[in-house]
Amino acid sequence: MENPLLIGTLAMIYIFVLAIFTGVEVISRVPTVLHTPLMSGANAIHGIVLIGGVILLGTAEDNMVLLVLGFIAVVFGTLNVVGGFVVTDRMLEMFKAKTTDKTGQDK
Amino acid sequence: MNLQTVPAVAYLIASLCFIFGLKRLSSPRTARSGNMIAGFGMALALLGTFLLPGMGHFCPIIIAIAIGTIPGWLLAKRVKMTAMPQMVSLFNGMGGACAMFISLGEWLKASPSAAEWIKSALGVQEGPALPKLLGIILGSISFTGSLVAFGKLQGLITEKPVRWPMQKTINAVLLLAILAAACGSANPSHGLPCIIVLTILALLLGVLQVLPIGGADMPVVISVLNSCTGLAAALTGFAMRNMSMIIAGTLVGAAGSLLTVLMCKAMNRSLAKVVFGSFGLAPKGAAAAAGQGDQTMREIAASECAIMMGYARKVIIIPGYGLAVAQGQHLVHELEQMLEKRGVEVKYAIHPVAGRMPGHMNVLLAEADVPYPKLLDMEEINPEFEQADVSLIIGANDVVNPAARTDAGSPIYGMPILNADKAKNVIVIKRGRGAGFAGIENALFYQTKTRMLFGDAKKALQELITEVRGL
Repeated sequence: MENPLLIGTLAMIYIFVLAIFTGVEVISRVPTVLHTPLMSGANAIHGIVLIGGVILLGTAEDNMVLLVLGFIAVVFGTLNVVGGFVVTDRMLEMFKAKTTDKTGQDK
Repeated sequence: MNLQTVPAVAYLIASLCFIFGLKRLSSPRTARSGNMIAGFGMALALLGTFLLPGMGHFCPIIIAIAIGTIPGWLLAKRVKMTAMPQMVSLFNGMGGACAMFISLGEWLKASPSAAEWIKSALGVQEGPALPKLLGIILGSISFTGSLVAFGKLQGLITEKPVRWPMQKTINAVLLLAILAAACGSANPSHGLPCIIVLTILALLLGVLQVLPIGGADMPVVISVLNSCTGLAAALTGFAMRNMSMIIAGTLVGAAGSLLTVLMCKAMNRSLAKVVFGSFGLAPKGAAAAAGQGDQTMREIAASECAIMMGYARKVIIIPGYGLAVAQGQHLVHELEQMLEKRGVEVKYAIHPVAGRMPGHMNVLLAEADVPYPKLLDMEEINPEFEQADVSLIIGANDVVNPAARTDAGSPIYGMPILNADKAKNVIVIKRGRGAGFAGIENALFYQTKTRMLFGDAKKALQELITEVRGL
């Protein structure tokens, strides 16, 4: 276990496994009403790939291929993030008005 | 704290934001703030990334972000609520494409410069190739698959299942070819051609896999592709050794998978059946059996409907996608208010998969200001149908098909349905005489207590409102 890369890889696998359980646990009690906004919200969160695009582009140096790939990746990633969060917010906006009206009677 | 730890801390906080945000997204009262928190985490992670050591090219990065932000913002702000599912699908596809391009880039990174790369035509990679290859495959499938799903829901591509001979065989061969290309890419002498072939085949697989699936199953498909992109993001995180990407991607992958299972349960469809297709090829015998006995649909005029509902004690409205397509949500709310004013108890029965995605109908009705407590889940409302005088079905079909309870030969047999047929009277507002989204005949429409009001949901509702007002 001297190899730092190996330890890093193991740590990533640990995190991967724990994140699976977290992901399942965190949404396990979601009411049907929220399935669509939740899917949309999750969709926005996987927009985290944007970060990968930024790193790829940022460390591309003078490699044209990487520059182009990174640039396209950042554009697509941003679309995912911005679109995802805004759409989710628009869906949830409509719930908010309702819940403040009648909060007490909700289950 | 030196500059190098800043990104790591930002990533840590961002990951916590994602978990916390997702948690808050699963309860109506906290959902909006949950989305905000996740968005904040995303911004933090992005800012942290700028401080990573060895970063450059800030100008192109900012330009690319700007290019992505403007259409993303405009599309998201302008889209109609009814078109939400395909919008989610579209953005999901963008994420998949992003993962694909990154994985491609990561794979190519083995060589220091493009010029040298082409000169030697070598593709020796360092580090584990597996996450990169899987990232390319999953990202590509998710990209084209989501675009096809978008096209289907948007009406650009036929919603009907598209079929051709030897579908499954072709897909299986394609998958094997992808695996072969993946193995081939390990050999430095022909790494690049293999990766190009792999990418093209994976893109093709995404199209071929989604094309045969009917519109009714699209929500499940979008959910599957959503978790697919999540997983692709996580794999990209592995390839780049970036913890926040692994955490966020895996969270979405896992949550998306659970959501898919929940959806399939609501539709009583096995995931394998959705993905590998069998809907639409349902035995015609089932439809014939449903229609036997009494073949006539009994039409009714709007005025008579209005009388039935206006003097009822309890009316249960069952909204379906037909209502959403006709943009009739606001009219339904108006009708409901008028009936309530006359002392009629009105409730909405929401099937888990009403609309195009679970919860989609709730969003649409919430948009029309229907009070939240009036929207009842299937389990809550089903016992109430027996006391209802009228169940008003607007543009819904399969979710009220009693064949799901009785006819073991029906493709939707076993799917939990709304017991609309238990009400004393059933009124169905329907555009035409055809079968539903899933292409299955509905015996409910032929029952003696059922009355059909043919026409576009919006127009029919307008007539109803006029008639109720005149009572």
